[in-house]
Amino acid sequence: MNLTLRIWRQKGPEDKGQMVTYQVPDVSPDMSFLEMLDVLNERLILEGEEPVAFDHDCREGICGMCSLMINGEAHGPQRGTTACQLHMRQFSDGDTIDIEPWRARAFPVVKDLVVNRSAFDKIIEAGGYITAPTGSAPEAHSAPVAKANADAAFESAACIGCGACVAACPNGSGMLFTAAKITQLSLLPQGQPERYTRVIGMVDAHDEAGFGGCTNIGECAAACPKGIPLNTIGRLNRDFLKATTKRAGTPGS
Amino acid sequence: MAVTGIILVLFLILHMLGNLKIFTGETSFDHYAHWLREIGTPLLPSTWYLWIQRTVLVVAVLAHITSATVLAMRARAARPVPYAHRKKIHVNYAARTMRWGGVIILLFVIYHILDLTTGHLNPQGDPANPYGNVVADFAPERWYVTLFYVLAVVTIGFHLRHGAFSAFRSLGQQTPQGERRARTAALVFAVVLTAGYLVVPFAVLTGLVA
Repeated sequence: MNLTLRIWRQKGPEDKGQMVTYQVPDVSPDMSFLEMLDVLNERLILEGEEPVAFDHDCREGICGMCSLMINGEAHGPQRGTTACQLHMRQFSDGDTIDIEPWRARAFPVVKDLVVNRSAFDKIIEAGGYITAPTGSAPEAHSAPVAKANADAAFESAACIGCGACVAACPNGSGMLFTAAKITQLSLLPQGQPERYTRVIGMVDAHDEAGFGGCTNIGECAAACPKGIPLNTIGRLNRDFLKATTKRAGTPGS
Repeated sequence: MAVTGIILVLFLILHMLGNLKIFTGETSFDHYAHWLREIGTPLLPSTWYLWIQRTVLVVAVLAHITSATVLAMRARAARPVPYAHRKKIHVNYAARTMRWGGVIILLFVIYHILDLTTGHLNPQGDPANPYGNVVADFAPERWYVTLFYVLAVVTIGFHLRHGAFSAFRSLGQQTPQGERRARTAALVFAVVLTAGYLVVPFAVLTGLVA
């Protein structure tokens, strides 16, 4: 099939940037979206032009590197799928596809479609450590975890930190990411000692990074390629409210 | 947002119940309106309770607007470069109209106070006869006033539909099952309140209350 791509081209962080149109003929429906971009890039290199810069790594939907706004949807039209796992069969011959980077103040564009997501690392850093003994594996039954909690924690732990929630949010808020990273620990016994200092630290880091505030719209959960549910943010809110009523410093110190 | 919103919602419920007293007749409704000025007497001098309540409401409205403004400004700052192509996946009309809906509601409340509290914009404007004021206000030839009321009340309904759910969520509603319940409760509440408010102007319009 033949496609028209309109891609955001930006030489560097200081460049103004603009949408540039490319024609890509003979695209196989079995290609992944990134393979289609590879084909375009090979041609651009042969023609002596600068290839389109985009983030990618594992290409199997678990690393969280790919970050494309495809036709105004984070990771494209297929729900629960990262851009690297999106296949060209989702599009039809003659389509025009708009490709843009994540748009957020906290995610400045590095080049073309590549954004700097270190604001997420700052939030993770602010979460700190857990005081679980490392070394040899503990006896599996020494710390019982209720099945429902284990499932919910696992659901949160599925977050790959791609930033689709921020990209999709009308408020530019990173609350779904922050909530997932908080609840994957707060639902488990190993996460309890630092539970309430962690939530304050991570929410503060989130606000400091320049993300917007959450107004419970729900666009993030709809865009999330890992299906992190919206109620995860409710768990964060409850922990945050509890934490603000506790006046002690770091528990266990 | 949640805490100030809840204060305003409690007022909305009481205000709706008070409005519905119009169906009990002119004497009863006017007596109710007079009683509002006498709540708390003889402990408090006349109209003191009313002014205390008005103060609480004004503070709640101002705090509500302040929080909303902070959120709106943060949202604007969080995305300095807009998308060239934007699509809504999760269609949530109520949630997306909170800000402009809020502005419409504020303008309506100002008009509403000048109309039925102070009487300046009311065709009758007699403080001793609120029943007559309401009937004169929604007379069929003043259909544009009724239309404005209907639009404003529907806007409040949408505002409540998302606002009530969002308040549950902000105050720590955290399970998927609870989310379904909270959304249903918010929808039912918004519909009941909208209907409760709309029934009065329509009753006047159709001559049920005259």
